[in-house]
Amino acid sequence: MAPPGPGAANGRITRWIDYRLPFVKVMHHELYEYPTPRNLSYWWNFGSLAGAMLVIMIVTGIFLAMYYTPNADLAFDSVERIMRDVNYGWLLRYIHMNGASMFFIVVYIHIFRGLYYGSYKYPRELLWMLGVVILLLMMATAFMGYVLPWGQMSYWGATVITNLFSAIPGVGHDIVTLLWGGYVVGNPTLNRFFSLHYLLPFVIVAVVGLHLIALHTHGSNNPLGIDHKGPGDTIPFHPYYTVKDSFGLAVFLLIYAVIVFYAPNFLGDPQNYIPANPLQTPPDIVPEWYFLPFYAILRSVPNKLFGVILLFSAIGVLFILPWLDTSPVRSAKFRPVYKKIFWLLVIDVLALGWVGAHPPEGIVVTVGRIATFYYFLHFLVLFPLIGKLERPRPLPLSIGAAVLGGGSVPVAERG
Amino acid sequence: MARLLIAAVAASALACAAVGLARAEDGASAPAHQEWSFQGVFGTYDEAALQRGFQVYHDVCSACHPLKHLAYRDLEAIGYTPAQVKGIAAQYQVTAGPNDQGQMFQRPAQPSDMFVGPFPNDEAARAAENGALPPDLSMVVKAREGGPDYVYGILTGFVKAPAGFKETPGTYYNATFPGHQIKMPPPLTADGQVKYTDGTKATIPQMAHDVATFLSWASEPNLDERHRIGFRVILFLVVAVGVLYAAKRRVWSRLH
Repeated sequence: MAPPGPGAANGRITRWIDYRLPFVKVMHHELYEYPTPRNLSYWWNFGSLAGAMLVIMIVTGIFLAMYYTPNADLAFDSVERIMRDVNYGWLLRYIHMNGASMFFIVVYIHIFRGLYYGSYKYPRELLWMLGVVILLLMMATAFMGYVLPWGQMSYWGATVITNLFSAIPGVGHDIVTLLWGGYVVGNPTLNRFFSLHYLLPFVIVAVVGLHLIALHTHGSNNPLGIDHKGPGDTIPFHPYYTVKDSFGLAVFLLIYAVIVFYAPNFLGDPQNYIPANPLQTPPDIVPEWYFLPFYAILRSVPNKLFGVILLFSAIGVLFILPWLDTSPVRSAKFRPVYKKIFWLLVIDVLALGWVGAHPPEGIVVTVGRIATFYYFLHFLVLFPLIGKLERPRPLPLSIGAAVLGGGSVPVAERG
Repeated sequence: MARLLIAAVAASALACAAVGLARAEDGASAPAHQEWSFQGVFGTYDEAALQRGFQVYHDVCSACHPLKHLAYRDLEAIGYTPAQVKGIAAQYQVTAGPNDQGQMFQRPAQPSDMFVGPFPNDEAARAAENGALPPDLSMVVKAREGGPDYVYGILTGFVKAPAGFKETPGTYYNATFPGHQIKMPPPLTADGQVKYTDGTKATIPQMAHDVATFLSWASEPNLDERHRIGFRVILFLVVAVGVLYAAKRRVWSRLH
């Protein structure tokens, strides 16, 4: 029970292994001693929750793939067979299906936390950009996963989204043919989507690995947004954050379980329990909730190509965020103006979600255009401008001083 | 703890907001809500209602609507004995084979066979039903906004069209159906249309309610088990949350 010494490689076998492959040593360093800011709030739980979700999705997905049949004539029935005849198949499938939603909720909160506390700023630019790559991969994976049950919304969603690529001048139609594996959405489309849906999560695992390496290079940002400078500012990851993350995970699983067991179809569209029918378009084709804001941006302009460009720019702008923000201060805690517009962005994205869920008529179109305009205004104009004009509040000298308060080091009176 | 609560509440609020936003428009004329035994955390299917509902499906709906994701053996889950299930299955003929002469042949269905539909294929169904295709009912409750309320609403929704409503020939006015013009003739037309073996009075609302219960089970046969396991899982997680919170407090108290 005594804490292992430096390097933790105490036993003979671990010493033998560590001499050749420093597995235990690295794990000990990164998961045990790893110095973590002592002031992380519960908003910092969402990174580990996203990791947990990735594992849950991969494990349930592997078992579902043992029973699923990726064939346009059999896919729908094979999913129903999982629901009815496979032992606990309904449980696996409901965990997986709702897991996609839970994964996106967690990741969106994780992203907004990064935005609020300036986690994308120097020296964490690559960490942030890798996160955006993960988001993109997740979106592709979720989209292709939604196609697999081959229900009405699967089929028509696939048709609408793949058709977007036809807007690309010149090569657009060739790209669409390539995506479909033919001239319509059909069996070859389903086959390649299944293959990619199985592949991409492992690509996500790899990028998450890079994300973690980048994270551990400079350590976590924190609610104060100031660097940790000494031992008084940090605590070892274990047991402090292992126990805090475990507690957060249990709370999260509780919410997740309520959905899986008592409202498993609440987040889904009833249309997807009707087998795909190429001859009958559903009344309205709506993507899953997590794509609604992007769907709204896509539809905010009458021109298809311009809409697609806006859609990709909406995520592209996140890539260059570290260079759009000109403020020397990370955390919104000390940025009175940015703090306000942050919440404006949250409202804006929720408004876009509302727009995306409604047929584009009347007020919906107007709100959609204003919200889309603001989205880009926020990042491209307000971000650089406010960073320059705003007068940040004074920063504390160190994390330790701010947390323990009234100690030997007074809060800095600067600025 | 307060901060965690805020985070958790914010997370759920965000989720609900997103879904609420997505949902707002859907139910243009939502069917009136009925009482169902299988709702809520402790909800379970009422076995007697399921058997009555099966009777309604068997005597009325199955003339046009298939139930192709169910096998006869599944009926054991709603209280029929293996012998009864064998008897029900034997009422239908399935094509089997080839036999050792290379011939396909007809044989009575067995409990392991899937429900035999009224038509050999969709084209035959359309030809017999004036161009309309009666949908498969295996998933109807999950595939319609409103679920069992919708099914109940359709079956009890055949009322007189309001004055001035222009009906297309070959359609029937239905208060619940989107657009109000349904190609299905009213299936439940008279009290006592089905002779319930348990003595329940077979009024139209009773039959509609029973068959909607049966079709809910057909859509979601594992609901009872899901509710039961869910309760235990949640109980476990509530305890886990408590224990981990105490552990967290204790570990972190070393810092203060």
